[in-house]
Amino acid sequence: MKEVAVIGIGMIDWGELWEKSLRTIAVEAALKCFADAGVDKVDTITIGCMSGGLFNNQEHLGSIVPDYLGQRFVPATRVESACASGGLAVRSAFLEVASGMAEYALAIGVEKMTDVDGGEATFALATAADQDYEAFHGITFPGLYAMMANAHMFKYGTTLEQLAQPSVKNHFNGSMNPHAQYPFKVSLEQVMNSTKVADPLRLLHCSPITDGAAAVLLAPVEKAKEMNKPYVVITGVGHASDTIALAQRQDLYSLKAVEVAAQRALKMSGKTIKDVDFAEVHDCFSIAELMVMEAIGVVEPGQSGAAVMNGLTALDGDFPINPSGGLKSKGHPVGATGVAQVCEAVSQLRGESGKRQVKNAKTALTQNMGGSGASSVVHILEARS
Amino acid sequence: MKVPRHWRETPQRYRMEAGKCSKCGSIQFPGRVICPDCGATEMETVKLSGKGELASYTVIRVAPTGFTDLAPYAVGVVQLEEGMRVMGQVVDCDPDNLKIGDRLTTQFRRINEEGKTGMILYGFKFVPDLGL
Ligand SMILES: [Zn+2]
Repeated sequence: MKEVAVIGIGMIDWGELWEKSLRTIAVEAALKCFADAGVDKVDTITIGCMSGGLFNNQEHLGSIVPDYLGQRFVPATRVESACASGGLAVRSAFLEVASGMAEYALAIGVEKMTDVDGGEATFALATAADQDYEAFHGITFPGLYAMMANAHMFKYGTTLEQLAQPSVKNHFNGSMNPHAQYPFKVSLEQVMNSTKVADPLRLLHCSPITDGAAAVLLAPVEKAKEMNKPYVVITGVGHASDTIALAQRQDLYSLKAVEVAAQRALKMSGKTIKDVDFAEVHDCFSIAELMVMEAIGVVEPGQSGAAVMNGLTALDGDFPINPSGGLKSKGHPVGATGVAQVCEAVSQLRGESGKRQVKNAKTALTQNMGGSGASSVVHILEARS
Repeated sequence: MKVPRHWRETPQRYRMEAGKCSKCGSIQFPGRVICPDCGATEMETVKLSGKGELASYTVIRVAPTGFTDLAPYAVGVVQLEEGMRVMGQVVDCDPDNLKIGDRLTTQFRRINEEGKTGMILYGFKFVPDLGL
């Protein structure tokens, strides 16, 4: 298997981009990535998008994206694993390069969610759950994570303050990210008094509806060396699935697919979580960030709440999590999220993250998650010079 | 939505029929072709008691399309006596007073209406088990 480098990243400003279409934002992110890499032609394209069909009535992104990106006749594949579609796109591009099938493999994550109203967006997102045995009963995505939050609080004594703290931390980090949808700080009181959505989760525990796209360009490590500047190598890739229905999981207070995916990625890279300097994780809801901390082994099960209050995961803590602002502040255009996590990791590892730069960042972990934890993709990235 | 989408689920929604593995005895709801525990494919149909304990729950304040009239309403994951967990609404109680561990049983109820001209969907909901 060839060693695979990230030779280009492309992020656009995320938000409610009413004046731009699905194809436009995908192309804009890819062009920024091309400019970063100094490349304008690729061998293959993978597009992570959860539901162009339900959000935009547009499937067949494997044609429309290369068509509008000036890459006609290039093979392009759209991959889907709900909110983990972006991470899956990076994994698919990795496999193309690692196997020798392609030299330049572009991964684009994109979701254009504001073309439908809130009810339709909620419906589209709920298709990532078990339609016949979960959505049928009137559950929502905040509701599924709320049930995990209640189970975690019951099992470990996790408090409402601890549940709110990831949002406070992530908005602080996001206030320094020019691409973030909501680049402002929020207080613990604001989070804890925001509108109730699904008890115990409130509005400021939940990631927003976002339009956004991100792109990364992967190539064999020899190509990266030719660029004569610091570069980043993907040394570990882990991917795992679990039951579609939350009720059928091993338990309701842990994320087994995340644990398995992280173990696979770390094993492949020959590292342990102690070798990792920071992580971008899937905080679709604040409880998710707490449970992911436990699943990837940053803390023991049940210790995440205390750890986040003690500043372990703050930008200047021992293990910074979501220096980008995470899904909470940066936004969560579902299919784009996993690619944007890799963009942030690369930016940090190159030392290009400005005010939100993690000090001495050499090794990063990105963790992307589908549905209520029914799938997860983890990458390990390392700085090289 | 087309009618078969719903009537094919009738055994599960109306009668809580589950699949029991003939080899290892594990019970799955809904039933499956392959036992996820041992891989066997000989399954028999069993009817669940519908009784169990609340394993976790939430109170939905922002409801999806079709459920807005009901909000706020509770949805729970219930650990049934037969050993597996099942999701459903928890009704006939004050949702703010629910606790993990509450004893529940099932009743046949109206779940949802698919708009003014659509089907009226029925299924089970959980209610407090008063031991009656
Ligand atoms: Zn079996």
